[in-house]
Amino acid sequence: MSKQEKEPLFSAKNMKYLTGPFSANNPVIVQILGICSSLAVTVQLKPAIVMALSVTVVTGFSNLVMSLMRNGVPSRIRIIVQLVVIAALVILVDQILKAFVYDVSKQLSVYVGLIITNCIVMGRVEAFALANKPWPAFLDGIGNGLGYGMILVIIAFFRELFGSGTLYGFRVIPESWYMSEGGFYSNCGMMLFPPMALIIVGCIIWVHRSRNKDLQEK
Amino acid sequence: MDKIKPTFSKGGKLGFLGSTFEAFETFLFVPNTTTTKGAHIRDCNDMKRTMIVVVVALLPAFLFGCYNTGLFAGLAGFQAFLYGLVRILPMVCVSYIVGLAIEFGFAQARGHEVNEGFLVTGLLIPMIFPVSTPLWMVGLSTAFAVVFGKEVFGGTGMNVFNPALLARAFAFFAYTPSMSGETVWYSNWTMMGAPVDTVSGATALEQFATRATMDFSPLDAFLGFIPGSFGETSTLCILIGAAILLYTGVASWRTMVSVFVGGLAMGLLFNWIGASVDTAALDPEKDASLLAMVTYMKEIPAWWHLLVGGFAFGAVFMATDPVTSAQTNKGKYIVGFVIGAMAILIRVVNPAYPEGMMLSILFANALAPLVDYFVVESNISRRKKRFKLAK
Repeated sequence: MSKQEKEPLFSAKNMKYLTGPFSANNPVIVQILGICSSLAVTVQLKPAIVMALSVTVVTGFSNLVMSLMRNGVPSRIRIIVQLVVIAALVILVDQILKAFVYDVSKQLSVYVGLIITNCIVMGRVEAFALANKPWPAFLDGIGNGLGYGMILVIIAFFRELFGSGTLYGFRVIPESWYMSEGGFYSNCGMMLFPPMALIIVGCIIWVHRSRNKDLQEK
Repeated sequence: MDKIKPTFSKGGKLGFLGSTFEAFETFLFVPNTTTTKGAHIRDCNDMKRTMIVVVVALLPAFLFGCYNTGLFAGLAGFQAFLYGLVRILPMVCVSYIVGLAIEFGFAQARGHEVNEGFLVTGLLIPMIFPVSTPLWMVGLSTAFAVVFGKEVFGGTGMNVFNPALLARAFAFFAYTPSMSGETVWYSNWTMMGAPVDTVSGATALEQFATRATMDFSPLDAFLGFIPGSFGETSTLCILIGAAILLYTGVASWRTMVSVFVGGLAMGLLFNWIGASVDTAALDPEKDASLLAMVTYMKEIPAWWHLLVGGFAFGAVFMATDPVTSAQTNKGKYIVGFVIGAMAILIRVVNPAYPEGMMLSILFANALAPLVDYFVVESNISRRKKRFKLAK
């Protein structure tokens, strides 16, 4: 008991909870969770980044809260308790977004509210927070949120660059290249559609698996 | 040839280029090995020769495409043909180079033999694109189709979707302005004294969708003197190709016939619906789109549909693709009928897509394994019943 309490805050084991989900245990490309929202909000970088941060906050704090409550909640009603906690956090995030970054909040529309249904949040609470202490649970939540966010940003990077020729709202591909301006280039309209996001997810998984041979299924 | 062979086989100096070597060897020479075991079709054709037959069958439509392109550029006779040929060659080259490079790369990385399916795909791709499509778009679409349509599923023979059509679908959705409209169907090159930028005009199908009639006579549409994607315009030349395919037994007549039957049936159904709707009861302002659809149904005879757009081309060269179509005979009838009927359905009912052939074939490709499954299952259950009766 006392041995565990002496464990430093950022011990190697705790750091593993935080960094594991970045690659080897990534929620999107390894656990295949949260695909729906990674297709929906990644047309541009800005909403993707905001979404990534929102989800990180929600996963982190829902893990923390549920971990604190884990001994007091009867397991028969745990799902409904989790829902209340997650929903409260999501509403909080939604209100903050509306207050400070209204235009992005408009762009994200229902998807902020739908963080509640994001499989990652509930998945981490069920799988990790209910069986672990608050601090590791919090780190695990933050790590998973960031791992999810990382994929979101990668997808959004490609979709915005090739779909609109901009990055974070700034023009990257010069106007004079476009066909309408007499150039040769044209944006790839496919990138604006969710199917292309799914193909990009597939490509990321492809690259990731070919670099991490141990993850390849037989 | 035999002298340099050891260099490329396993352990040789250039062993890592083994599949590349193998591909060129069997492409240029008849293989000197014969099948030793198992039941095989006893025929001297290997897959490369089969594919060459398809390429030959494509030639009439291809040559006519050249001529037609030159004709629309304001030239006549042999000069028109030459103009079109020079115009289309870069596109053919791009499609072959990009596609084959990817195909060779993947085969090499996996240690497979290079498959020959791309010989046909590489020629199909330029034929179903508008003639003025920028080359980089053709290249990109080809790359997309080969990588995501074919290689990720395991290469030739494993693909769910027809790669050539996938290339077109990608280009259509990604670069819509370059793939539809009034000007893309005409060449924009000045050479051999061809006037530039003088012609533009909608395809027959676009005219159907907007005005419920066409400026071309059905005979012109049959012979192919209409704007459209490079190789799809002449139904006559496509039928010559079809005859070659059917005579050599490369393509399935079941699919081909049922596509035409499906299209005709759907067209006739729409004719009947269009004629029986009381248009006077519709409000011309409020129900404008509905009215346009009904007029389309009423005014366009079903058989016109078979002459214009990519219907014939799709039916003969795309729907019959042995890999992506159904494998069972009954399945071929069903899938073919679905392709034909769905193409007309999309053309008539959805004004956003004047041409439905591409989408309907891709849809049927996805459907084909399911159809096959049910055909096989029903056969099994029927035989089981017979077995029980006999006992």
